[in-house]
Order: sequence, then C-alpha cells, then structure tokens
Amino acid sequence: MINPYIELILMYIGINIILALSLNLVNGYMGEFSVGHAGFMAIGAYVASVMTVLIFPAWPVLLTFPLAIVAGGLAAALLGLIVAIPSFKTRGDYLAIVTLAFMMMVKSGLENIDAIGGARGFLGMDRLTNLPWVIFWVVITIWVIRNFIYSNYGRGVLAIREDETVGELMGVNTRQVKVLAFVISAFFAGVAGGLFAHLLQYINPTMFDILKSTDILVMVYLGGVGSLGGSIIGAALFTILLEVFRPLQVWRMVLIPLLLVLLMIFRSRGIMGFTEFRWLIPKREKNDTPKNK
Amino acid sequence: MINFAHGDFFMIGAFICLLVITFFHWPFVLVLLAAMIGVTLLGIAVERIAYRPLRQAPRVSAIITALGVGIFLENLTLAFSPYPQAVPPIINNIYWTIGEVTISLLQVITIFLSVVFMLILYFIVQRTKVGIAMRAISWDKTIVPLMGVPVDRIVTITFALGSSLAGAAGMMYALSYPVIDPYMGIMVGWKAFIAAVVGGIGDVRGAMIGGYLLGALEILVVAFFPSTYRDFMIFSLLLVFLIFRPLGIFGKSKGQKL
Repeated sequence: MINPYIELILMYIGINIILALSLNLVNGYMGEFSVGHAGFMAIGAYVASVMTVLIFPAWPVLLTFPLAIVAGGLAAALLGLIVAIPSFKTRGDYLAIVTLAFMMMVKSGLENIDAIGGARGFLGMDRLTNLPWVIFWVVITIWVIRNFIYSNYGRGVLAIREDETVGELMGVNTRQVKVLAFVISAFFAGVAGGLFAHLLQYINPTMFDILKSTDILVMVYLGGVGSLGGSIIGAALFTILLEVFRPLQVWRMVLIPLLLVLLMIFRSRGIMGFTEFRWLIPKREKNDTPKNK
Repeated sequence: MINFAHGDFFMIGAFICLLVITFFHWPFVLVLLAAMIGVTLLGIAVERIAYRPLRQAPRVSAIITALGVGIFLENLTLAFSPYPQAVPPIINNIYWTIGEVTISLLQVITIFLSVVFMLILYFIVQRTKVGIAMRAISWDKTIVPLMGVPVDRIVTITFALGSSLAGAAGMMYALSYPVIDPYMGIMVGWKAFIAAVVGGIGDVRGAMIGGYLLGALEILVVAFFPSTYRDFMIFSLLLVFLIFRPLGIFGKSKGQKL
C-alpha cells in the first residue's frame, strides 16, 4: 500500500474537492456569495458521528458508515432548504450575511448541546474513512454536480448568475432552481463533513467556523469559479501547498495568502475560471461549449 | 466592494497602539493619531497594491483578494506576536457613580470620540464633493467615470477614511479591553459588516444605528439567556430581521435595470 502520510493527504484532498465542488455550485455557477459552507459541513459531521457512535454502534460498519454519511448529507440538505428560503428575496451582500448568520447559529447551537459534547467536542468515532470511500464520494459528487449543471435545472442556475430577472422572464422557475442548488450543495458539504469527522475521529464546533469557510472559498476561487475542473485543481493545489510549506511553520500562512492575492491580481478568474476539462463536458455539449467566456 | 480585511485593519490599529505605548509612552492623543495614521497608510497601500488592479475584474476576485489580505495580516502579526498581548493603561481612569451606574473616563472618551467621528464621516459623505462622488461610484461604476469623477482618487480617499476609523476603533478597543491578539479582528469585522447590513449598506446613519442595535442586543440577550446562547440569539434575530427587511433599516431598493 502507499505511505500512510501520502494516503492521509490524498484523503484530505478528496474531502476538500467535495467541499469545493459543492460550494462552486452556489458561488460559481449560481453567482451567489455563500460564506456559510462550514455550517453544512458541521451538521454533516455531527449527524454522521452521532449515527455511528450513539445510534448504531453495534451494526456492521460496512452498512452503518455509508448510511451515516448519507444521513449527515441529508441533515445538511434540510438546512440548505432553510437557507434557500431567504435567498428568494435577498441577494448579494445580504445573502452573504444570511449564510454567515446561519453558520454562526449552527456553531453556537452545537456548542450548547451537551449531549454531543458541547464546546468540548465529540469523539468516539472509529477511523472509518479510507481512501476508497473518499474516492467513491468524490466520483459521486463530480458525477451528480456535472449532470445537474448540464441539465435543464443547471441552465436555470446559470441563468440566475447571468441575470435573474431575465431568467425569470424566460420561464426559469428561479425559486425551484435556487432550492435545488442549495440543497445539492449542502448535501455534499454534509457528506464531506461526515468523511472529515471519521477521518479525524474528533470534532468540535470551533473547527467549523469562519476560517473553515474561508478555506473553502479560497479553494473555489483559486481554482476558478464556474468550473468543475477548477474546483478539483484548486482543492488539490491548496491542500498540497499547505503541506509543502509546512516547514515554514508560522510563515506558511503568511506566504499562502500572499500567493493568493498575487494570483488574483494577475489572473483574476482563478486557474481555470469558466473553462472546463474536456472529459468533464458531456458529449453532446462538446461542440457548442465556448472555450472562453 | 466588501473589504473583508477591515477587521484586520482594526486589529493592526490595536497593535500599533500597543507598540507606541510600550516603546514611546506617548499620551492619549498621540497614540490615537499614530493608530489612525498608521492604519490609514496601511489601508491606502493595500488598496493600491491589492485592490486597484482588480477594479475591472469580477467582484468575487476582489472579495477573495480581501480575504487573502486579511489572512495575510493576521498571520504576519501572529508571526511577530504569537501570544495575546496586554496593553498598559495610558490614562488614569476616573470613575463617576450616578445612581447605580458607574461610568469611567475611558468610556466617556470612547463614546464621545465615536460620536465625533460619526458626525465627521456623515458630513463628509453627505455634504462634500468627495462624499457625493463616493455615493455616485457605489451607485454606478460605469457612468460615473464618464462624468469626470476621478474614480481611483475617490476610492483611495474612501479607503483612507475607512481605515483611519478602523484604526481609531482598534485603539479604543485596545484601551477598553486591554488584551489583544492577531485574530481579534475577525469577529469584529464580521460584526461591523452585520451592523452595516442591518442599518442598510451605504448609509452612515444606518451603520451607526445598526452598530448600537447590535451592541445593545448582545448585552440584553446575555441579561435574559445564558451567555453561551449570545451568538445564537443575535444571529437568529438577524435572520428574522433580514427576512422582514431584506435591505436593512435605511436601505433603498435600487430597482433592476435590464
């Protein structure tokens, strides 16, 4: 087998890819600015952990683990539904505040529930996440989000980004599309949270605060918005850079934001920005997809 | 644009305050000036280097750059000062007791200064040419330069104003709550943003009322609920408020152009 350190990094890359892809759906394709993604991740992590530790500790792992991950995703999706409702009326900076408020409520709420450890955190999960599972979920995420984007609903998502009013006039059911986008995005963030919890075997509410959201935002914009390939590259590059610069210790987090700012100045669309890998575009789209926008 | 590094400007203000007090033992007014001027210079530099090249880029690139600048400032400070620092007091605090309420000189100065700064800012934004230009730019970025408004200069002035106030706030915070650390600005920055949104973005009165409202609510919530529920209550109130008044107290709908 591969070196456990490399394996660990690969798993983090996989989890970050899921997070970046799911955030890209809302921020990149729909053009809204959600900063609350860590909240969905927290819900997924906690629900999945409670499932494996408290509810089904005796069941066979092969059965409970996927079940727990899906349950975490569904719980996050339910909250995504709640966040989607204010997005009907508010947008831009105001929607950013709604998502931020939601994230702080999740964090603060988790801190106050003593049954799951409160601010002390929750532990007792086995290390169920392994590389095959991460790869499985990454593939599922790419597959579902790609198919969603190239479906009719996906066209609606793009229409909301380009011009919501015009989209609505052309017959896009913007409310339905927004709800779908938020729910799918939240579901996968929850899945990533569940995988993350069962990799680290310990979670506490402070892990899922604004810094985590910032990390995900950075991965998405580093890779480029509106591009699946961009999110994959962005998440991988960000995770690897963090590891490569580890010897720099505290200066690591001085250098990385500096690189990010430079990248934004010289290539403001991110690495991929609105372009896509050929293999991620469905066959029937290949001929009429513009290379650059 | 949203300057997500604003909270970190505030933090830098607090650290400048710490530096000049420990090394030069300056009096209050000089410390205030040092914090304001230092952060103003920082604000102008950040705007020049990081934000100006992105004026024409998509809005999100500017936001990410701002986040990057914020993380950079936090960790740069962290690299130099890994532990929370205590700020020595510089004014002899006098306490007055009126009935059951005790007020300190520092609190009076803080409140007085914040009111003065707000009045000055309100005057600049509402009554001067520069202020009119600022509001015009936030209204329409394409047409306003064609009317002969020097966008770059106005944005620089806006940044200078905003960051000098952040510096002053950081200094006053450092004196009132004298333990400072590099991450202190994050939550303050977000709360400032929340206050601005609650009041209505682009309105000085709104920002002021939003700020007071948020502060008062934080204190009142703790009076009635366990203090661990403070953030939870504040943010749920915020959500409810935004559902009923999505544009804040003073926000006006701009209408959609097609």
